Amino acid sequence: MNSALHVENLGKSYRQWGSEWRRFASWVVPSIRPREEHWVLKEINFSVEPGEAIGIIGQNGAGKSTLLKLITGTILPTEGRVLREGSIAAILELGMGFSPDLTGRQNTYHSAGLMGYSQPKIESVMSEIEAFAEVGEYFDQPVRTYSSGMQMRVAFSVATAFRPDVLIVDEALSVGDVYFQQKCFNRIREFSALGTTLLFVTHDITAVLEICSRAIYLRQGRLVTDGSPKVAVDLYQADALIHCDNSPSKLNVVKLFTETETNKESLPADATNKPTIVTGSAGSLVTADISCLNVCLNDVAGNGLHNIISENQAKLVIRYKIHRDLDDPHVGFKIRNRFGTVIFETNTYCMRKFIGRVEKDAEIDVCFDFPVDLTPGEYTITLGFANRGYDKGSFEEVLSYLHSAFVFTVLPNNQAITWCGILNIHPKVDWTVLPDVPLKTKYFFEKVE
Amino acid sequence: MSEMWSSAWRYRYFIFSSIKTEFRVMFVRSRLGGFWMILNPLAQVLMFAFVLSAVLSAKLPGIDNRYAYAIYLMAGILGWSLFAEIINRCLTLFIDNGNIIKKLAFPKIALPLIVTGKALVNNALLFLAVLFIFGILGHLPGTALVWLPVLTLLNVALALGLGLILGVVNVFIRDIGQVVPVVMQFLFWFTPIVYMTHIIPSQYQHWLLFNPLIPIIQGYQNILLYNRAPPWLPLGIMTLLTLFLLAFSLVLFRRASSEMVDQL
Repeated sequence: MNSALHVENLGKSYRQWGSEWRRFASWVVPSIRPREEHWVLKEINFSVEPGEAIGIIGQNGAGKSTLLKLITGTILPTEGRVLREGSIAAILELGMGFSPDLTGRQNTYHSAGLMGYSQPKIESVMSEIEAFAEVGEYFDQPVRTYSSGMQMRVAFSVATAFRPDVLIVDEALSVGDVYFQQKCFNRIREFSALGTTLLFVTHDITAVLEICSRAIYLRQGRLVTDGSPKVAVDLYQADALIHCDNSPSKLNVVKLFTETETNKESLPADATNKPTIVTGSAGSLVTADISCLNVCLNDVAGNGLHNIISENQAKLVIRYKIHRDLDDPHVGFKIRNRFGTVIFETNTYCMRKFIGRVEKDAEIDVCFDFPVDLTPGEYTITLGFANRGYDKGSFEEVLSYLHSAFVFTVLPNNQAITWCGILNIHPKVDWTVLPDVPLKTKYFFEKVE
Repeated sequence: MSEMWSSAWRYRYFIFSSIKTEFRVMFVRSRLGGFWMILNPLAQVLMFAFVLSAVLSAKLPGIDNRYAYAIYLMAGILGWSLFAEIINRCLTLFIDNGNIIKKLAFPKIALPLIVTGKALVNNALLFLAVLFIFGILGHLPGTALVWLPVLTLLNVALALGLGLILGVVNVFIRDIGQVVPVVMQFLFWFTPIVYMTHIIPSQYQHWLLFNPLIPIIQGYQNILLYNRAPPWLPLGIMTLLTLFLLAFSLVLFRRASSEMVDQL
């Protein structure tokens, strides 16, 4: 086996014994079973190749932390096993085991020791740790005088002093200032480039999409998806939509498309009259109440297209068929880049437009008109249809949610400026060349520097 | 089991540095720091000697040093303090370190080893202090001192065996943590540390056989006061008992290990 990490039929249950004596007896007599078993994780299988970066997502209580603890070996599995190759470092709880009365340096020895490193080995990287943490002379002050950010700096420096074969990152990184956070991410990327496997647990979907090459989605202790981050994130978000408390539509959900059922991208623009129905990619929601008949992107002249030149005007036209009376329907769309990051998203409710009551069997054509101020690249459109908006863009009923309902490519515009980033702010530029800067001003600048 | 010891060996640096750290922490914010660990038992000795020597000194046979009772006391306290420290620390060991146990992967056997190491260092310091006082009192122990390491080892093993069992059970039944200090008080007074066995009425003498600590404490007294090798028969039985207890506690520890993390 050449995978860095191999998880086989992993399961963890927390047991209720009824009485502690029963528990003690079970250590001696294995046939004594617990009264009740509560499985927090079951039948988890996956392998990780060296150098992969894997995101683990799921709602609170889905078993993410339990999975990480099983992988690090803090807790032992009830069934199945974890096969590890090489060293594992976990940035789960930074600063664990720091003693407030000891200095940063002494604590560094202590916690590196807790990770199993020998004294000489720790000494060999001590100056590096000190330099990376950048806490200055505080390094030799008691930790109780530290701010939480400084403590985190030292803790992170220790935890990543040696490049591990598997690095587990929990949401611990949210502490600390932006400067150090970026420094941390740089180090993590560096490790990753050198072949360290990353396991990354977060609720920050953007981070998963940007950093991870693969994602695992856990729901109620079961592995739902193990695949591309985009698919996992879509499924995760669709679940969040379904389980949204005041969304009665969860009863109406006909189908939540999973990875295996992924449909073709979308209908070609000229198929308007065919009675086909647009479905989405994984993570899409479809109910019996409405169906999307067509979606296309048109240029100003009304021609359907899949390639559009940057900064040109485009029209997104969507046709829905309504299968029941709706009192306050709303239509929305979302443009996402190839990583799945949302570039733009809005809907009629948020645009303060109201379609009004719509009868059963009606068809609606909705058209969004916008300039394609996007960088060249491939984009997907997610369509949403909901009933009864409230608050700042929430809906009582989500009736249809289609990922990748349409795919289009933005081509570079030779007439326009070249730019990169996310948002085209259409900058204007102007300048003045000052022939002679007065002496006073010069002096002022020098002083400031 | 061998895996447990090999991982403990891998963590030897951590164990040593933790012992060092514990001492360091004691010194960081108090002037006398670790000396309190020695001063406490010595203050106890002083108190007992002061209060009880008038009552008991006449009854200490075979020794014609007028500080004989103080010496007797110190010998007993030296053994008792080692035993008591390990038991008391082990009792709440896993609960106190619950946070690290839950969040970090490291061999848990390191924890009792750290406690033992620290207790041993403390005891060695106390022993030096005791020797110093013996010198002042004009009573220097003789060749029987070679038996002291053996006795210490036995004492540690017994305390560790009992302590581990109590510590593990305490994770699941927290009442243990309340009961043990009371039991320890009884044990202290049911062990001839501040008094001599012969003052107990003869019809109750056989009850003393059930106190596992007596052979050990008497061993200390024999070595330090009478310069005699400890009687080997009761010690031999104790050794067997202790080894059995220690083995049992390690098996229990192994079995309970994973559930302990879940419970903490």
